[in-house]
Amino acid sequence: MPYRAPLAGWGRYPVRECTVWQPITTQALHETLMPLPSVIARGNGRSYGDASMNVDATIDMRRLDRLITFDEATGVLVCEAGVLLSDLVASLVPRGWFPPVTPGTRMVTIGGMIASDVHGKNHHAAGSFCDHVDWFDLDLGDGRVMRCSPSENADLFAATCGGMGLTGIIVRVSFRMLKIETAFVRQRTIRVPDLDEALALFEQSHGSTYSVAWIDCMATGKSLGRSAILLGEHAKLTDLDPARLAAPLVRRSRKPKTIPIDFPNFALSGFNVRMFNHLYYAMQRPGDAVVDVDPYFYPLDAIFEWNRIYGRQGFLQYQSVLPLAESAKGMRRLLEAISAAGAGSFLAVLKRMGPGSFGMLSFPMEGYTLALDFPATSDNFALLERLDAITADHGGRVYLTKDARVSPERFAAGYPRLDEFRNLRAQYGLDRRFSSLLSQRLGL
Amino acid sequence: MLASPVLILGARSDIGRALAKAYAAKGCEVILAARGDISADATDLALRTEAKVRSVSVDITDGAADAFFDSLGVVPGTVVMVAGLLGDQAESAANDETAARVMDSNYNGPARYLLAAARRMANVPDACIIGISSVAGDRGRASNFIYGSAKAGFTAFLSGLRNAHAKTGLHVMTVKPGFVRTQMTAGMKLSPVMTAEPEQVADAIIKAQDKKSDVIYTLGRWRLVMTIIRAIPEPIFKKLSL
Ligand SMILES: Cc1cc2nc3c(=O)[nH]c(=O)nc-3n(C[C@H](O)[C@H](O)[C@H](O)COP(=O)(O)OP(=O)(O)OC[C@H]3O[C@@H](n4cnc5c(N)ncnc54)[C@H](O)[C@@H]3O)c2cc1C
Ligand SMILES: NC(=O)c1ccc[n+]([C@@H]2O[C@H](COP(=O)([O-])OP(=O)(O)OC[C@H]3O[C@@H](n4cnc5c(N)ncnc54)[C@H](OP(=O)(O)O)[C@@H]3O)[C@@H](O)[C@H]2O)c1
Repeated sequence: MPYRAPLAGWGRYPVRECTVWQPITTQALHETLMPLPSVIARGNGRSYGDASMNVDATIDMRRLDRLITFDEATGVLVCEAGVLLSDLVASLVPRGWFPPVTPGTRMVTIGGMIASDVHGKNHHAAGSFCDHVDWFDLDLGDGRVMRCSPSENADLFAATCGGMGLTGIIVRVSFRMLKIETAFVRQRTIRVPDLDEALALFEQSHGSTYSVAWIDCMATGKSLGRSAILLGEHAKLTDLDPARLAAPLVRRSRKPKTIPIDFPNFALSGFNVRMFNHLYYAMQRPGDAVVDVDPYFYPLDAIFEWNRIYGRQGFLQYQSVLPLAESAKGMRRLLEAISAAGAGSFLAVLKRMGPGSFGMLSFPMEGYTLALDFPATSDNFALLERLDAITADHGGRVYLTKDARVSPERFAAGYPRLDEFRNLRAQYGLDRRFSSLLSQRLGL
Repeated sequence: MLASPVLILGARSDIGRALAKAYAAKGCEVILAARGDISADATDLALRTEAKVRSVSVDITDGAADAFFDSLGVVPGTVVMVAGLLGDQAESAANDETAARVMDSNYNGPARYLLAAARRMANVPDACIIGISSVAGDRGRASNFIYGSAKAGFTAFLSGLRNAHAKTGLHVMTVKPGFVRTQMTAGMKLSPVMTAEPEQVADAIIKAQDKKSDVIYTLGRWRLVMTIIRAIPEPIFKKLSL
């Protein structure tokens, strides 16, 4: 039976009362969909804005979370789309397998990872998640369930990878896990004083499996873009000291800390944020270390419900990517606009991306991407529009899974295959049936 | 000691699933029992935990408890009765058949299945029977007394069974979870401080089984709340809307 509940994305803006269905088998899902005129799938609600909300019918996928087969020889996993990445990490890391691509939180579903075609710190080398997907079954809501892969129904495959749930509901997935020897990462931390050096270092680091920069978005002038760059490799057995070698695949569990209350707004004053950025930068000790997979890949998961730090009003995340040739100029302008507004966020992330994906609406393109949070105030809505303009000037695009406010025009300018996507939705009769607050806002 | 195999009756429920995961993670062999086919859940659990897991089909209101246990092929070390039915109070009050279904699913069925289990488990080392009852059985209230009274009967049943087996090896535990975020309560506006996650309930049950506790409130605060509710004099209580 459906029920009504207020829903929001991770940014807690916007919040809307939605009718929620939670089928417990793929067959029950299939039967639920048939009579519903307009639906959207919802994974674990870790997209930031309004992508996984439909006021009339939101399908909560989290009960469709069964592992179906796992081949220990090849790492091929078949599972239902509501499986949480955190559950996979918990059960498969001890057996020597890691997700081929992982976002900065493990609290996401596999379906959500496909619908956003998520990227990780290895995008420059490994591509995005959908590059590791062999096939999935897509329920079109009208009785058809289609097996989609690069060779079978390839058009639906390309539209669904990064398609934000607007081409049907992914029910079953097959993808390839990555073999690891240990549950540790060899990390190298390098501090760079400004943006140019940060970009130069990324360009020299293509050989690193993982790379990401925490950028101090409150630094100005000559320090604009100063960053701590973290490079990483899965540690081999030979990298471990004897204590760790005794149990190389065991993750040390830590109890997550909880943000117990919504922070009051003054906690986010420019001064506090500036101090935080300053301290965070100073804390990143340069040098080499062997660290656990969890703090390396999922530092924020150690703080349960950290989104409450931005208070009751919620927050906006801004993430855009600029093509390589424009990155140096464009990133400088983005950072200048942000620091001038004095509206920086606790953590800003800069990352080099590899070539773009086959997904029609996939976000990645070869170049640099910047991601950061802002409290949802009217000043910041205006600031983000200025950032949109800079992104557009330099031929970039914004990431839909982080978005709650971009205009249809700015969005469309960044996605050249949008018409192809729209045509495919119409051709398969999906354009009315699958819709979210995001698709309604952007006229998708 | 957690005695294997662990039979979970009502394994499709959120609490049942959380229990199955928790027992499997502790290395127990698990038998999932639910209406219809839940073999996919058994496959899932075995893949996740590398524990030995199988599934069987059961309807606890079918009056065939002995046949069910005979067909299992083993005598379980632990049996957890999770199955239950909240139903709709207004519907149950209006319709005899609906009321009977709530009564059967929360009292007759569970009691008869656990009696059949107890007949077989009395001499199994560390054997344990666990019944999920409810704080709703602590005092009848207008808003849910058909469910509540069946749970009250189930609570009394468990207490009697525990008493009857005080001298055999069989331990009997009563669990009163308070609010739990599950399918049963989906969409209800529940006070966050009084509501547990299914995983919390599962952990509390396994810890309590290890300690051989008799009656547990999986969220301790509920013990206090229910003590107060039970202490309200009837002339006042009957006028309250609870
Ligand atoms: C702390 C944090 C860090 C993050 N870091 C990164 C990062 O490094 N890289 C990155 O790429 N992203 C990142 N993200 C974003 C996140 O990975 C994506 O938003 C992801 O899609 C969330 O998955 P979900 O299961 O929570 O999906 P939801 O947020 O519930 O849904 C997201 C989209 O997927 C669709 N969807 C979900 N399930 C299905 C399904 N079964 N079938 C069809 N459509 C479906 C929804 O309709 C919606 O459009 C981060 C998010 C957080 C909170
Ligand atoms: N959620 C709470 O707040 C709460 C509080 C106190 C106590 N409890 C108790 O906890 C237990 C689990 O409930 P839940 O919250 O997890 O809700 P639930 O998901 O509704 O679980 C009830 C389960 O009982 C099963 N069941 C009902 N009748 C059955 C029958 N005749 N034969 C076999 N199985 C049957 C159902 O199986 P089907 O899938 O086949 O329908 C369902 O899986 C129940 O006993 C409930 O009374 C819950």
